[in-house]
Amino acid sequence: MKCFKTMKFTVIATITSIGICVSPVQGETLGFPEKDELKFGFIKLTDMAPLAIAYEKGYFEDEGLYVTIEAQANWKVLLDGVIDGRLDGAHMLAGQPLAATMGLGTKADIITPFSMDLNGNAITVSNDVWRQMKPNIAKQADGRPVHPIKADALKPVVDKYRAQGKAFNMGMVFPVSTHNYELRYWLAAGDIHPGFYAPHKGDNAGKIDAQALLSVTPPPQMPATMEAGTIVGYCVGEPWNQQAVFKGIGVPVITDYEIWRNNPEKVFGLTAQFAQKYPNTTIRLTRALIRAAMWLDQNDNANRPEAVKILAQSNYVGADFDVIANSMTGTFEYEKGDKRAVPDFNVFFRHNATYPYYSDAIWYLTQMRRWGQIPEQKSDDWYKTLAAKVYRPDIYTKAAQSLINNNLAHADDFPDFATEDGFKPPQTGFIDDIVYDGKQPNQYINKFAIGLKNDDKL
Amino acid sequence: MTTGLVAHKHMAGSVISILKTLFNSGIKRVLMPATGGIVFLLFWSIAAQNIDTSLGKFPGPAAVIQQFGVLYQEHVSESDKEAAFFVRQQQRNEQRIAQDPNYVAKIRAYTGKNTFPQQIVTSLVTVLSGFLLAVVIAIPLGIAIGLSESLNMAISPIVQLFKPVSPLAWLPLVTMVVSAVYVTPDPWVEKAFLTSMITVTLCCLWPMVINTSIGVAAIDSDLVNVSRVLQLSALKHVQKIVLPASIPMMFTGMRLSLGIAWMVLIAAEMLAQNPGLGKFIWDEYQNGSSESLSRIMASVLVIGFIGYLLDRAMLQLQRMFSWDKSSEIR
Repeated sequence: MKCFKTMKFTVIATITSIGICVSPVQGETLGFPEKDELKFGFIKLTDMAPLAIAYEKGYFEDEGLYVTIEAQANWKVLLDGVIDGRLDGAHMLAGQPLAATMGLGTKADIITPFSMDLNGNAITVSNDVWRQMKPNIAKQADGRPVHPIKADALKPVVDKYRAQGKAFNMGMVFPVSTHNYELRYWLAAGDIHPGFYAPHKGDNAGKIDAQALLSVTPPPQMPATMEAGTIVGYCVGEPWNQQAVFKGIGVPVITDYEIWRNNPEKVFGLTAQFAQKYPNTTIRLTRALIRAAMWLDQNDNANRPEAVKILAQSNYVGADFDVIANSMTGTFEYEKGDKRAVPDFNVFFRHNATYPYYSDAIWYLTQMRRWGQIPEQKSDDWYKTLAAKVYRPDIYTKAAQSLINNNLAHADDFPDFATEDGFKPPQTGFIDDIVYDGKQPNQYINKFAIGLKNDDKL
Repeated sequence: MTTGLVAHKHMAGSVISILKTLFNSGIKRVLMPATGGIVFLLFWSIAAQNIDTSLGKFPGPAAVIQQFGVLYQEHVSESDKEAAFFVRQQQRNEQRIAQDPNYVAKIRAYTGKNTFPQQIVTSLVTVLSGFLLAVVIAIPLGIAIGLSESLNMAISPIVQLFKPVSPLAWLPLVTMVVSAVYVTPDPWVEKAFLTSMITVTLCCLWPMVINTSIGVAAIDSDLVNVSRVLQLSALKHVQKIVLPASIPMMFTGMRLSLGIAWMVLIAAEMLAQNPGLGKFIWDEYQNGSSESLSRIMASVLVIGFIGYLLDRAMLQLQRMFSWDKSSEIR
């Protein structure tokens, strides 16, 4: 009660101080919102933080937006909510707007003006699998395993399962989720085939030729599903990996930061129709989200403990403070007691985390092609056109520019909008050392040992 | 009834038998439920201490009672937040009018979370709306079926087919249909509310139809003959003979239905993420915090208690409407 009152005071204080700086500019550049009562959906994961912070810190209200934030049961329900208009926007998997626009699953034009975070996921295996993996992992001088752990260590375990005729089941959160592609990337880099999709034949299970069988489980149910033995490992966002450590039911083996350094994660998705009908609202909500992301990363994560406290409320993520804090405050606990510093485990703003890069979109598309969700070869131009249709740096730029004009942000916090073309330079930092250049998707797809290439068709 | 009879027999007896009577009629009524309750609480505490889940120990009575306090506190602090929200909104509206004189200020509903008491109210409103809709459909239908043998033969198989269908089977269909049909820019009620309500209606329709029709069909032939002799019109026949005679069965159906409605609603809210107690439980389950289990247990008790109250309320209604006050209803 007491802490609540202090918090309320800070919120009100921030609002009043900001209200003063915002008001003078409203009239001249950016109009009032066309629609001011909005409902946004989210899934209980720590990377929904920008939404919670934009609400709790009054950033939405500063824009004249009255936003209700509502937890959704799973990614499908959430996407359907945005498509049928029950939700005005939502915390989405990066692959969802792309897949929806492409017509993989429900077809709908979903766009994203704001990328919500970098990294933030991990792969966890059950205690039993970890016990079998451990002898295959090199040790540091202090006896702890050397990280990053490659799937090479898992390979003998999967082979053993297969030799015994047992299925090696793992969970991921959605067919077009980051987690699916990260888990597949990690497995394939360790020579474990995660299976192909063949949507043109009606096969959306993604288990063709699979050595490890991947299936969908909603994030909050991952630990319980693994505890029940239905799956023996999973890839999910926080706090559900740390939850496994706390519950003593599994061991996180690798974070996605180690699979692909600073990989783009969730996005904020809304329908193209909404953005067209309510342009001011769209820019304003993007402004609020940018400010929330800035707050989350301010002064080297100084605000993170406060953010964790907010996220631990039952209407947001709702897990225990300690569980959320474990990863949100720059550390990550692998095996119980093996807590290591991963300062960039959750990045909300620095490294231009919020800018919707075309190259990020194209990476997801290359993985959809690699695993057969895009059944046929497509031209490099096709990738770029689709990315430009879904990822909308133009809206982001307007929002960021108006924040700079209002002295609510500094120009050097953002990419140089005059020259930015939306493609990151060729990226290294993948676990298998393959370099990714977003401008040449087909060339990139052909670099993988496991996966569809060129005009391969199942 | 039985205790009363026993009492009469011993009225003239000794002091001991008077005491015995007292015990039987009054004290026993208090003592037995109390003993049952205490034994249950003991059993619960002992069992709770011995069940280890990955979220910690299973909550015992103390943890749940404490959780009721927490839930109430949350409600109070959320109310404070709500008040602050309206103050801020007022200020913003004034600011905006200052800049944009044409603006027509409006007061928007609070955007914060639903607290536990609010979830209870939502669930109650939904269940009663769904139930009333079912009553409006089922009672006339049941009477019609009961009166006409051929209508009964026509409709009975359909009723029998739908009666055992689980709410969870209806839910996806209802959700999709509501989404497709109920399209308004400024909806009067939420889609989620409609979905839950219609699911409830679909599930609690059938027991009412069946019981009403049985009640109507089983009217004493003497009564029907009286009606014939008096040459009552069809409407009068229903009003004076059919309705009073079939009220006990009708209410039996309604009580059954309301019980089903309440159970269905919790499941529907859980699955469809419609606001209410079901969603509260599901959210807590997903949170997986160390408090989640005791919060879920608290809502289980509340659900049970409300279900009991609903049943008692139906019983009171039945007593009020029943013409035969001498018959025992329990």
